[in-house]
Amino acid sequence: MEPSSDARAVPKRVALIRRQAPARLLEDRQELVTTAPHLLLREVILIEVVVTVLALVSLLFDAPLEEIADPYHTPNPAKAPWYFLGLQELLHYFPPVVAGALMPALAVIALVVIPYFRVNVEVAGLYERPWKRRLIILTAVTAVAAGLLVAKRVWPMLVPTVAIYLLLSLPAMPFCPAGVRRRLGRVPLADWIMTWFVAVAVILTLIGILFRGPQWAWTWPWRDGVY
Amino acid sequence: MHVLRTLTENRVWRSIVRHGVRPTNRNRVLLITENVFLHLHAAKARRRNLDLSSTYYLGGLALILFGVLIVTGFLLMLYYHPSVPQAYDDMKELQFVVSNGPFLRNMHRWAAHAMVFVVFLHMLRVFYHRAFRPPREFNWAVGVVLLILTLLLSYTGYLLPWDQLALWGVSVGTNMVNAMPILGRQVRFLLLGGNIVGENALLRFYVLHCVLLPLGLVLGLAVHLWRVRKDGGVLGSAGRRRPSGVNTP
Repeated sequence: MEPSSDARAVPKRVALIRRQAPARLLEDRQELVTTAPHLLLREVILIEVVVTVLALVSLLFDAPLEEIADPYHTPNPAKAPWYFLGLQELLHYFPPVVAGALMPALAVIALVVIPYFRVNVEVAGLYERPWKRRLIILTAVTAVAAGLLVAKRVWPMLVPTVAIYLLLSLPAMPFCPAGVRRRLGRVPLADWIMTWFVAVAVILTLIGILFRGPQWAWTWPWRDGVY
Repeated sequence: MHVLRTLTENRVWRSIVRHGVRPTNRNRVLLITENVFLHLHAAKARRRNLDLSSTYYLGGLALILFGVLIVTGFLLMLYYHPSVPQAYDDMKELQFVVSNGPFLRNMHRWAAHAMVFVVFLHMLRVFYHRAFRPPREFNWAVGVVLLILTLLLSYTGYLLPWDQLALWGVSVGTNMVNAMPILGRQVRFLLLGGNIVGENALLRFYVLHCVLLPLGLVLGLAVHLWRVRKDGGVLGSAGRRRPSGVNTP
């Protein structure tokens, strides 16, 4: 690397990548600015905005406080904090060992290993590479999953699973408009999978928060309120 | 300007901050590298990464919320006893006796909910921007640990007000631990200090919430931020850009 004679220039970095080396990001030459004041100023503003918004919310809305804890009086329904209501909703369909242990453990393991699989690193769309074999595998996996979900009557998981699969397979259909095909075809496989995961998590959580009442029976929040 | 100069050019000021305040690039760099807190930053940043659409500032937001939680949590500890039924009485005391007590508790509560939400969004942002790609794979794993610690912190705090919401919310969750194969019962017993959510559980959750988990989070954060710094700063939306050659129509 040759030191630049111009002190203001950003030195150009050169990387040698051997064939077997893992895919590394090729960072372009990018404009640099000094952290002070450019980044620091933004951080200070962000802190002020966050504290102001939090203070306003805290002035307007009170944190809930119910009666003193009473182990002899179980509320109906007894709900976990909102971020666990997706899991609690799963408990409605699967035995505790599956919903309470197996599925969360699998989700955490799946999250941790994401960067170690090449499919997650690629940014090319599903239909921008040879896709027929992948689509067949995805169809088979979706069919098995959908079958299981129907058998267990897990509608909140079945609906997003089928919806995501239909969107994903749409560009392969002959009747698909060219614009839609181009737009959806650019979406990488990893994004489809993550979006499926997020959709399932959000739908289960929202059902748990809004649509479950006494005995974990279905309620409409606008009719019966939120439990 | 004159006042500023006398203020910043005397011996005492110079003994604290060795460089001056003149807006030279050298001073701007020294401001970062000579400061123990600021040196988590690199002296320079990529301009693109300062854009909102690059990171949505989600990691920073999570960190700021954690800061708010530490400050408000420390103040709440001054008014709180982790025992039954004093814990609940302290809530009432906060509500009716302590000046701005409700405000303090609201702030802590809403910041906690916001942090869980923001940390989750941060994870999604990093995923969709492919900001976990080599050499950042392990830092993603550290991030997953931080997400779990955030959930556990929020969850242990949920029990502390010792009202019906707290008791039964935590009962539902810890019953799930029971379902864990082989060690479920033992882990639950260890967590609760008994077979029910009682005063032992309150004390244990308090210690976890105020000592062990925050320490763990701070440690994990140190690793997380250090590695971001060592890997050349945050990887914003640039991570999503296609390398040339792959970009076939």
